[in-house]
Amino acid sequence: MWSYITRRTVQALFTLLIITVLCFLLTRFSGDPLAQYAANPRMSAEDKAALRERLGLNQPLPIQYFKWLGLALQGDLGQSFFSKQPVSEMIAQRLPNTLILMFTTEIVTVSIALVLGILSAVKQYSATDNIITSFSFVGYSIPIFFSALGLMLIFAVQFKEWGLPYLPTGAAVWDKKDPVEYIKNLILPVSALVIVQTAGYSRFVRSSMLEVLGLDYVRTARAKGLTSKVVLYKHALRNAALPLVTLVGLDIPFLLGGAIVTESVYSWPGMGRLFWEYAQRSDYPVVLGVLLIVSTAVVVFTIITDVLYTFVDPRIRLS
Amino acid sequence: MATGTASLDISILDRESTGPALTPRQLIWRRFRKHRMALLGMIGFGLLLLFVIVGSILVPVKEANAVDLQGRLSPPSALHWMGTDSTGRDIFARIIHGGQISLVVGMLAVFLSVSAGTLIGGLAAYYGGWVDSLLMRFTEAMLSIPSLFLLIVLGKFIGRDIDTITIFGQSFNGSIGIVIFVIGFTSWMFLARIVRANVLSLRELDYISVSKSLGASDMRIFFRHLIPNTMGAIIVSTTLGLAGAILSEAYVSFLGLGIQPPTASWGNMLTAAQTFIQKGSWWMWIFPSSFIIFTILCINLVGDGLRDAFDPRSTRHL
Repeated sequence: MWSYITRRTVQALFTLLIITVLCFLLTRFSGDPLAQYAANPRMSAEDKAALRERLGLNQPLPIQYFKWLGLALQGDLGQSFFSKQPVSEMIAQRLPNTLILMFTTEIVTVSIALVLGILSAVKQYSATDNIITSFSFVGYSIPIFFSALGLMLIFAVQFKEWGLPYLPTGAAVWDKKDPVEYIKNLILPVSALVIVQTAGYSRFVRSSMLEVLGLDYVRTARAKGLTSKVVLYKHALRNAALPLVTLVGLDIPFLLGGAIVTESVYSWPGMGRLFWEYAQRSDYPVVLGVLLIVSTAVVVFTIITDVLYTFVDPRIRLS
Repeated sequence: MATGTASLDISILDRESTGPALTPRQLIWRRFRKHRMALLGMIGFGLLLLFVIVGSILVPVKEANAVDLQGRLSPPSALHWMGTDSTGRDIFARIIHGGQISLVVGMLAVFLSVSAGTLIGGLAAYYGGWVDSLLMRFTEAMLSIPSLFLLIVLGKFIGRDIDTITIFGQSFNGSIGIVIFVIGFTSWMFLARIVRANVLSLRELDYISVSKSLGASDMRIFFRHLIPNTMGAIIVSTTLGLAGAILSEAYVSFLGLGIQPPTASWGNMLTAAQTFIQKGSWWMWIFPSSFIIFTILCINLVGDGLRDAFDPRSTRHL
């Protein structure tokens, strides 16, 4: 077990190293950060050269990379060109909002998917199953901006017009005095993500449930005379829900990407929007910082998922 | 004498089997046909192609890009079937021409990503050793950066102030080429892994050592013996990848980093909808999105059918 974890970690560190090189090269070429001054008459060529010098932009790329990596390892991701704030501070400010969005979405999605998946597996080929399957097929094809904009149109714009209680679409800042407002702001972005996510999950639960329900031990449990409820929840579900661990773990990159769109539609002050806003301005310390945090999170989550899976399912043999 | 017995055996087989032997291709087609949803998806996608092609012949590009500030943001009417957008351009005409762009971008991007995935996965497995380790770590690194983040950075990376290009007498915005490259470059990883796993197991089979001992070159073994045997995985992944590529185009264009206006794409038509939906302009949102969803749905259905058809273990449709 331990040798497996060590080997995975070493492998992951190597992957992370490649990621840092990739991210560095990509962002470093993603446009001249000084391009915004191009039309500024008050900036002379000398001023620009001085600024370039001060920001370290005229040094050879490998030196810039190692300088950045050295500082990043110490938790210093540099300073934003625009806000002049330290990047790590900016990310730390936005990260909780993204995490709250992601975890709420994931919990709601898994709960709904379990209910729908079990329902359609137990009643396979019934009308209920057909309806759920058709809906999940459509849901699977829905892009996030469709659900995000649609929910906004209905529950924020039209409800307001019809004089019904409507939901806010603006940004929420966590305020101890007014947690209700924050939660209200959370409803639409979470629902937009849940609509898109649930479809794939419930299809997954359905098929793994069907697989398990056909196994011998389930038949044995039935033959012993156990009620169908006990067989379903105590015997079948436990095994059928196991692969969900992997699915949730593998979904992290997708969720983070989805967060960019959701956050930008609802002006949710999360990391995705931070990334998008600063990418448009070629503010590369910020872009690089977010990329690094996000991909490290993905790598770490992948390992945790794999290890966790071997814990919850002892049948898996490590190789 | 040996040939005599062999022909005898075959004649017995012929008498016993119900029909002529089927080639793998016929078998797959037979399985696919039984998949009703997949056929439906194929018909739907065919209709969509027809709509876009016939539409772009009947409705000229000029109409899609004609600005009419007086009639901006007007809801669907007899004159503008799907209403107009924030600069008064006809949404119906933009759907047709945007669809053309979205589909072409999707197809070319998939071609790029499938070629890259097949080549990288195949080479890694065939050569093994440090080539394999290096390529697979690279694949893993690319997989670990969420694709939308990559798309945005790359979209910026290559810049968007690129001249218009002219193909078939029509001028297109240069951003199209970039978007195709960027999507292709960020979506080859899953296929590379599948091809690698397939080639790794095929490489050990006898027929490969036979062709090696017969003096076949690496190139020949790779392209004539290994790749054709992973064709099933490649075809399925191409289909599902097409859905992914069309979605990716919509995402980057929606965020304003993809296809640049005035050239329409289903994604960038929604960028403006984001602002004007607050004022209740539902038609700017519903029409482009519906076309995206319908397209993705059809392609996914076909992909699902193909996956079942290519999977020898799946017998439920036989």
